[in-house]
Amino acid sequence: MLPDAEPYTDVWLQGIVDALCDLSSKDALTGLVNRRSFEMALDRELDRVARSGEPALLLVVDIDHFKAINDNHGHAAGDQVIRAVARAISQMVRPMDTVARIGGEEFAIILPNCPATFGAMVAERIRERVAGLTVAVGQAVPLTTTISIGGAFAPQWVRSSALLWTERADRQLYRAKAEGRNRACLESHIDSLVTAEEKGMLFAVTQQDSE
Amino acid sequence: MAVTSGKGGVGKTFVSANLAAALAARGERVLVLDADLGLANLDVVLNLHPKLTLHDVFTERCTLEQAILPAPGGFHVLLAGSGMVEYSRLTSDVRDKLLHILEVVKPRFDWILLDTGAGISDVVLFAVSMATDVLVVATPEPTSLTDAYATIKVLATQQGRRHVGLVINQANRPGEGKLICGQLQQVLQRFVGPTPGQSFKLELLSEVKNDQMVRQAVLKRHLLLEHYPGSDAAQAIRALATKLLEQSAAHP
Repeated sequence: MLPDAEPYTDVWLQGIVDALCDLSSKDALTGLVNRRSFEMALDRELDRVARSGEPALLLVVDIDHFKAINDNHGHAAGDQVIRAVARAISQMVRPMDTVARIGGEEFAIILPNCPATFGAMVAERIRERVAGLTVAVGQAVPLTTTISIGGAFAPQWVRSSALLWTERADRQLYRAKAEGRNRACLESHIDSLVTAEEKGMLFAVTQQDSE
Repeated sequence: MAVTSGKGGVGKTFVSANLAAALAARGERVLVLDADLGLANLDVVLNLHPKLTLHDVFTERCTLEQAILPAPGGFHVLLAGSGMVEYSRLTSDVRDKLLHILEVVKPRFDWILLDTGAGISDVVLFAVSMATDVLVVATPEPTSLTDAYATIKVLATQQGRRHVGLVINQANRPGEGKLICGQLQQVLQRFVGPTPGQSFKLELLSEVKNDQMVRQAVLKRHLLLEHYPGSDAAQAIRALATKLLEQSAAHP
């Protein structure tokens, strides 16, 4: 794990620091962001949304019936499935999105600047991609798996808390599980923006009245 | 009952305080809870200099009983006080504490008015979610109407509210409240749409005239109902209290 450079030089030291940073921020199995840095990213995103008013989506992902995979095919196979799902998710999102492994078979994705219609599309795309995966484990028939996804948008212009945001996304994940798994459920976007059309209609009469 | 508004400065706290006084004058036990954590100003409106506030209750520097203060007008207040800025971020801890406080005070009062902050923040939505009924205060100003509309839209869609009361403050001429309410209701029907099996009703509960006496009372930090009881605005607030009492008698 030590860097290749000449020991005790600046480059060597930097290499060690970089390696330690990776160790503390990444998940060893998948190379995704770990829970700790995910929480930091979530806080940062909330602050950004409060300031910018951009829509941001949080997705939580859980592999369906993961215990059965572990029980029937062993933990090594389970690990392989986790890695395959991690890879599939990463391939379906933008480079600016944060994909994290936040628990055993649980992932979370932060999508900044994500309009409501786009959010539903991405979630569906991720679900489809994972459902189409085949994971080769040893000599046996390749495994297939599905995921359930829950999602919630951060309230715009508001200083919210990471806990509330996560709770709302989790609630949608439970819904997805309860509705039969292998599906994505998103909380409807809190639409507090008033469009020009709405304003036009709102003031149509009052304006005429004062003219 | 939550008293809220889209935009700040439309007279939300003025309505809360004077409505509380009007209800108290009818023999009701009324508590006004300053739910505008962070930017509370009920104490300013009532010219109170509270020693003990919600903040002290949260930090266990005093008991809830000690922080419930009598206000001029015969009702009680629980003020947020400064230092609440740290609670303007709604954590589960703050939620639990507020819910607990509400549970404790509920049996002791006939009416609890939650004077919320302006806008559509987590804290406001949470405060409103604790209330059985919502009163939205707005003025005829286009900005105030737009923000009131946004708030009502969120209450209807997110909280599944079927009924929201509207108070039009600073009305310029008689009938303006009715016109505005009708207009808001129409736009809501068009853009929020009736959810199947659910109808949404925006009810104009009061139109408070743009009254010079209100300005005087606010500047002097007096309750309108105590100092200008004969003013048009005071009569409108008393009529609002009567309407609310009738409604609660019909649906206890």
